This record gives sequence, structure tokens and C-alpha cells, in this order.
Amino acid sequence: MKSGVAILTILAFASVPLWLRDPYLMNALITTGIFIIGAMSLNLLLGFTGQLSLGHIAFFGIGAYVSALTSLGFDVGLPFGFRVVHTPWPPIVGFVLAIVVAGLCGYLVGLLSFRVRGAYFVIVTISFAEVVRLVALNWVELTQGPLALTNIPSITIGLPGLGYLTLRNKLQNYYLVLAVAVVTYVLISRLVHSHFGRAMRGLMENETLAVSVGIDVTKTLTLAAVISAGIAGAAGSLYAHYIRIIDPEVFAFINTVTMVIMVITGGKGSLAGPIVGGMIFGLLPVFLRPIMAPEAQWIAYGGVLIVILFVLPRGIVPSLALRFAKPRSRVETVVAPVAFSERDAKEHA
Amino acid sequence: MSEFLQHLINMLVLGGTYALLGIGLTLIFGIMNVVNFTHGVLYTFGAYIMFIVVHQLGINFFLALPLAVVAGWLLGAAIELTLLRPLRGSDIDTTMLVMIGAWIAMQSGALWIWGGVAKSVATPFPEAPLVLGPVSVSWLRLFVLAAAAMLIVVTYLLINRTKLGCAMRATFQDQDTASLMGVNVDLIYTSTFAIGSSLAAAAGALLGPVYVIFPQMGDLAAVKAFAIVILGGLGNITGAVIGGFILALAEELGAGYVSSGYRDAMGFLIIIAVLIFKPTGLFARSERVG
Repeated sequence: MKSGVAILTILAFASVPLWLRDPYLMNALITTGIFIIGAMSLNLLLGFTGQLSLGHIAFFGIGAYVSALTSLGFDVGLPFGFRVVHTPWPPIVGFVLAIVVAGLCGYLVGLLSFRVRGAYFVIVTISFAEVVRLVALNWVELTQGPLALTNIPSITIGLPGLGYLTLRNKLQNYYLVLAVAVVTYVLISRLVHSHFGRAMRGLMENETLAVSVGIDVTKTLTLAAVISAGIAGAAGSLYAHYIRIIDPEVFAFINTVTMVIMVITGGKGSLAGPIVGGMIFGLLPVFLRPIMAPEAQWIAYGGVLIVILFVLPRGIVPSLALRFAKPRSRVETVVAPVAFSERDAKEHA
Repeated sequence: MSEFLQHLINMLVLGGTYALLGIGLTLIFGIMNVVNFTHGVLYTFGAYIMFIVVHQLGINFFLALPLAVVAGWLLGAAIELTLLRPLRGSDIDTTMLVMIGAWIAMQSGALWIWGGVAKSVATPFPEAPLVLGPVSVSWLRLFVLAAAAMLIVVTYLLINRTKLGCAMRATFQDQDTASLMGVNVDLIYTSTFAIGSSLAAAAGALLGPVYVIFPQMGDLAAVKAFAIVILGGLGNITGAVIGGFILALAEELGAGYVSSGYRDAMGFLIIIAVLIFKPTGLFARSERVG
């Protein structure tokens, strides 16, 4: 039944280019899809370990820059007279490297900040994103700074027996993003239902108890951060090769906020949440654009975030699931109490 | 050497306003356990109040500062009453996300009302700086330093010498006991948030005329305030003052001797370094709530 819904959803998304011819809407769908992948990776941390990464765009941006630089090549002088010259590699290698490098950064940030969690993790991740943005802005020799990296090549994939295909137009990029999104969804879903996923949720719900049954806190959280960062890096790579120009503005804090709003609205800790929230907030600007100035839209988004937290603190998907769940399966749907105050947690611990 | 002295002078001016920002945030963070993302917006708000009072209402420059403090106090109280009071008792993440929503909405509001073009405030001070041997400092910056020092002293006295301050400290130590002793905790929370916000607005009103005023100016100020709080330790006012000056020194030296492009990176590097080596902050006595 559940896989039936999933297959129907994928088929519905796959059929979109057959009846939607508007290039502007296609473009909105592709960037929305890329941001949904980013939101799914954020949800892995926020929804399943309870750690809010407010520098998530850093991993996205690092993925974008790594992928772009790998496929463009660079020639950079380092201190002490060293020089690194890199000749262009195929974009698909850039895609893989984007995941690896972003994952490594996730490892570093996790290592650094999971000793002091909660609010401090949030501030460390913001700081990390800002430092990366300043590096991208100031290391002009490598990143071109505010002049942006331009002419980033499109992704070329090798098809067995059919030669090579360069994904230039919107249709091809749409299916590429859809494929990566599906793989991401399956990956996160498998992960969450694995032993590791149970460890993550155990930590989120009752850390003392989880530790007492032998869950290694730092290891679990760091691994979650690595996977989450890697997926965000993949999304960034897709973005770079689709948009084909990136500048340090990709690291803007507002982009992280977009992902956070997508996850919170859709429902953190729910697999479908980021997709629902992402579709809403990815496509809303398309429809609001003729009637509202961008600033007014952002006022509304900030307001929506507040209202959702007050009215539907679980988010749309879990609230709907609760309403329509059969009494028997309701037990499974209820994962954790939502408004668990810090004080309560301390008293229970 | 004279270059170094000049950096020290600049550090004092910058450090005073950073200390104001830090004190405001550390009070809110320490007493209410709220990660206040609207702090930067209040800073922007204070700067725009300065602009409006001086240029649109044509009132005296020196009167604009107290007006900005009052306006920041009112806006802070309004935020606390509408957003934070209903969320009392919910977890820190929920309040943090609500504050992010408020920040985005208010910053976009500033952009909508005042536009993205940077504005500067005319000041009554002479153009020619005060020259003291090898160093020079503008009269405006001297005024900023003096005003910031005065506000720091007032806040210190408020916290340490008044009944309200005593109740705030009691709430910080143990909310339940304070409540049993007859402290109106709701009132303390609102006052704390209002005082913290008015200090942020004062910092904005002071630094706004030194630089230029634009809607996103608060973003960096907010993260710098977080750096100062982390550096000085949670809820520690003296720590916030020293933290403010350390951050200012790091920025001045970083901009002077490394690269001016990385001036704003110093705050972030300090955050990262402190959390690696001394996560309780430099001056904290007790352990930090994780």
C-alpha cells in the first residue's frame, strides 16, 4: 500500500513534462526539486536527531563550488610558492567529489559541535556557513569572488551502449533531479528504518536512556551529519550544473531559512514532509510573484513559519497522518511527544 | 607602532557597542534560555530610528539615542508578549524557529518600508578628527564610545543595584525558587527581553551613523553578538563586556594585519575556537547547559 503511493507519486512527477510545456514553470520545478533534496538532507538532521543545522546551505554551496571547480579547472597559488593546477574533469566526477567534500565538511562540523549541542550546534553551523561564504567571496583566485564562476558545463552521463548524453535542456535536467531525489528519498528511508535510524531517534527522545543501552552519541550524530552534508553537497552540484553560474550569494542565510521553512511546514521527522513543504514553498513564489513584491513574500513566509509552529507544530504531513490513521496504526504514527519542554526532559532524565 | 595604537583606539570604539550588543543577548539567552534571532533586527531598528528621528522628523541627534532605546524597549516587549509568552515551556528549538520567522518577517519588513539603498545619518560633529600625537579619532566615534560606556554602566547598576535586577538574577539562578519568593517571573521575562532589545537598538543607533544603515546590517551584528556571548559565558555581563572588546580587538588586528576581507570572519573563528578549546566561555564559573 505504502510503496503503491510512492510509485504513483513518482509516476505523477515523471509525467509532469508530458503535459507542462511552460519553460518558466519547468525551471521553477527543477530548482524546487533541488531545494527539496537539500530540505530532505536537513530533515535527516533536524527531524531524526533533533539537531538544527542553520548553516546547511554551506554544504550545498561547497558541493556547488567543488563540482563547478572540478569541471572548470583552476590554477591557484598557495603560500610558500606552491601552486595547484587542475585541468577540467567531467562534471559527473565533480558530482561525486561534491558529495565527498561536503560529507567531509559535515564530519568536521559534527566533530566540532556535537560536544556542545543544542543552541551551540546552531551557532557553530551558522558561523561555519559565514566563514565559507567569506572565503568564497575573498579567495578570488580560486572562486572568482563576486565575479562568479561562469560557463559551468552541464552534466554528461554515459549510457551503456548508447554513448554519452549531455543534459542541457530543462526536460533532461528535470529527470536528473527527479532521479536523484528518488534515490535520496529511498536512501533516507532505508537509513531511518535501520538500526542506525533507531539509534538516532532514541537519542532524540531520551538521550540518557539511549546512552545506557550502548548508543554512541557522538558517533551516531556525526555519521548523521556526514550523510546529511553529503546529500546537500549532491544537491549543490546539481544546482551548479543546472544554473551554470554560481557566486558567493549561494551561501546566503536566506537559502538555509528556505530549507528550514520547507521542513518545518511539511513536517520534520516525516519522510514526505520536506517534499510537501518543498513543493509549497518552491512553487508559491511563482504564483505570488505577480501580486506581491519579494520583500512582502518574505514577510509572509516568516509569518507562515511562526503560524505553523503555533498551530501545527508537527507540520502538515504528520498532522494529516494522525487525522487519517486507523486507530490500530495510530500507535505507530505517534513518534514522539512534540512540546516536550527542556525542563520536563531534565526531570525525566 | 602608531598604526597599532590607532587599531587600539578603533578597538575601544567598536568594543563599546559590541559590549552593548553582547550584554543584551547574554541577558536574554541566560535568563530566558531563548536563542534570540531578532537581536540583529533590533540593532537595525535602532539605526533606522536614528535615521528617522534625525532626517525625517528633524529632531536633535542627541535626542535620537534615548528615543531609539525607548523604541527598542517597546518593540522588544511587544515581541516577548506576542511570540514568546505563549510559547513559555515549549522546547528551545521551537522558540528558536519562531524567532527565526520573526527575524525574516521583520527584516523583510524593513526592506519593504525603507528599501535596500544604504542610508547615512548626518551628525553634528566636526569633520576634522581629534588628533592625539600619532593617532586620530573622530569626534563622532568618541561620542559613541562615551555613550556606550554610559549605557554599560547603567545596565550594570540596573542588574546589580536595583530590585528588578535582583529579581532577574534570582530568576537566572532558579526560576522556581524565585517564583516562590514572590518574583513575578512573567514580568521578569518581559523586562529582560525589553532591556536586551533596547540595548541592541542603542548599539544600532550608535554604530549606524558611524557606518551606513541598510536592512541587512543586523545579520552580522547578531552573529557577532552570539560570538561575544559564547566568548564571555552565558548570562555573564562582565564576560560580555570583555568579550565585546576581545572581538573588536580581533577584528581590528585581523583587518589591519591579515586582510580586511576577513574582518567579519573573526567573530565566527572566535566562536569555533572557543567551542573547541573552552566551551564554557572564557569567564564562566558553572558548566553550560548543553
